Amino acid sequence: MIRTVDLNKKYGKFHAVKDLNLYIEEGTVFGFVGPNGAGKSTTMSVLATLLEPTSGQAYVGGYDVVVHPHKVRQLIGYMPDFFGVYDNLTATEYLDFYAGAYNIPESQRTALIADLLELVNLSMKADSYVDTLSRGMKQRLGLARCLVHDPQVLILDEPASGLDPRARIEMKEILKELKAMGKTIIISSHILPELAEMCDTIGIIEHGQLIAQAPVEQIAAQVAGHRVLRIRLLDRVEEAHSLVQSLDQVMQVQVEKKALLVQFSGDDDAQAALLTQLVENGFPVLSFQQEAGSLEDVFLTVTKGVGS
Amino acid sequence: MQKLSLRLMNPVLVKEFRGRMRTIKTPILLLLYLLAISIVTFGYIYISYSHRNYYNPGETKELFMILTVAQLILVAFVAPGLTAGTISGERERQTLNILLTTHLSPTKIVLSKMASSLSFIALLVVATLPIYAVVFLFGGVSPGQVLGIFGFYLVTMVLFGAIGMFCSAWFKRTGVAVVVAYGLCLFILGATALIAVFVLELLSYQSHLNGQYVQHPNIFYLSALNPVLNLISLFEPDAAALGQNMPTTPGSTGSSLPMAPWLYYLVVYLPFSALLLFFTVRMITPVKRPLLQAIRGRNAAKKAASGHDPAQSPPPEEETHS
Repeated sequence: MIRTVDLNKKYGKFHAVKDLNLYIEEGTVFGFVGPNGAGKSTTMSVLATLLEPTSGQAYVGGYDVVVHPHKVRQLIGYMPDFFGVYDNLTATEYLDFYAGAYNIPESQRTALIADLLELVNLSMKADSYVDTLSRGMKQRLGLARCLVHDPQVLILDEPASGLDPRARIEMKEILKELKAMGKTIIISSHILPELAEMCDTIGIIEHGQLIAQAPVEQIAAQVAGHRVLRIRLLDRVEEAHSLVQSLDQVMQVQVEKKALLVQFSGDDDAQAALLTQLVENGFPVLSFQQEAGSLEDVFLTVTKGVGS
Repeated sequence: MQKLSLRLMNPVLVKEFRGRMRTIKTPILLLLYLLAISIVTFGYIYISYSHRNYYNPGETKELFMILTVAQLILVAFVAPGLTAGTISGERERQTLNILLTTHLSPTKIVLSKMASSLSFIALLVVATLPIYAVVFLFGGVSPGQVLGIFGFYLVTMVLFGAIGMFCSAWFKRTGVAVVVAYGLCLFILGATALIAVFVLELLSYQSHLNGQYVQHPNIFYLSALNPVLNLISLFEPDAAALGQNMPTTPGSTGSSLPMAPWLYYLVVYLPFSALLLFFTVRMITPVKRPLLQAIRGRNAAKKAASGHDPAQSPPPEEETHS
């Protein structure tokens, strides 16, 4: 659905995005993570047809954002990290304005606006002036605004920034609902754990370069260079501990009640071999699973050195 | 008919009208405007006529001119102020980017904002009609002249409005845009006349040195650029040539003027305004393409759209991979 090919964007001497190659499949939620100034917003602006790439191409739904911006605009709903609202308009009029901007016939607008306000839980604020809404409400109204023309792709730049925990959760619920509706969503954040819950894939960007892109459960392993296996045993934990520790690709083993936490640097085959070995030695393995890993750690590993 | 009204009432226009009419600023501005123009007009009437018990219809033309020039200066004062904040304000409020991702083209955004500002200034000018009516009672002016003056205001509004729009798109900050817009308007309103006078003096001085006493009708090209002089020339044609060309018969435009001043004004300033608006649109267009390429690209897109269904066409990313 979204693809960038060797995308570059320079602001004078500053190289904001370097040779970015992204591929996002239809119907997935892509989390774009990186420290401030890593190039997330720049990439999103390019995808939203607001910035011209210095070189490289970006495609949304098969259309080049530079050659067919009009077609791309029909496909996307874009919410920038900071956006204002117009004073002197009520929430309904605000949405009506954007519905008009997307050429939606007047006869359909009333029902559409009611639905959208319902979706973002703002029905009770339909006739309130936009500038009287709280930040969380404005953010949700902004999301409703993105959805006015029923786009297939949502480009959301830090939709949860500056929101209190309750507003964050509400925002998350709405995004889950949108995901269920089959929308392709790109969402950026500098808080990884926040994204982990709702994303299918995560891409980590730093200094304008994509340094990792993987499904959520694998991102930690990919970034840290090892995965963490949690092996729950019925019994004989100590014995298992000494066996596992003696193996080649095991970096460290911790015992946690009746489970072993193994930092494992091997690949999938090696992981399967480890389980076979345990079972062959007669250990009563209850469960054997890969931990998602602490995304907080991942983020700190990845962004080491930034800002120093 | 309904289609036409839909075409005219695009969403930006509706929003601008709504926003404008809901603030307390609008009636206050209208009040101040009417107050300013009334004070000038009625003040003049008071000073001229309070001490005598007769009036001369020929003299009331002067009264009409004062009202007309005062109105022109007020228009020049209001127009850039209204338009200079439109684009930069949108940028400062961080709503411009969102607007540009919708189906509204930059041209439509710029023209709608311009139209909404102009219609407000038009409202201010129309609201002064009762004052004109009072002046009209005194006689000495023809309805045709009044109509001409309102046409003249319209061109001037477009000019000053376009200058404001241009500055608004050019500068990121509203404050700077407003200051520069006023600067440019002041130049057109005052400096053009000063330069014209200066140049004329210089030319006369040189011809005096040569012992010649000739007129310089070409100064018209400079002085007619000044809105005030040009407006006055609707009543006193020689004003456009800085009083040089006394017409042989009163009321005629005088044979030595190259063309009617108002026509010259139109020919110069309407294309100039259009050019300013064109650059305004270009400045806010996010992804710019060279002019020729833009036209070619549009034609190619049209061809592609009419040729086959874009949904079924192979996605371009395939091409880049091969």
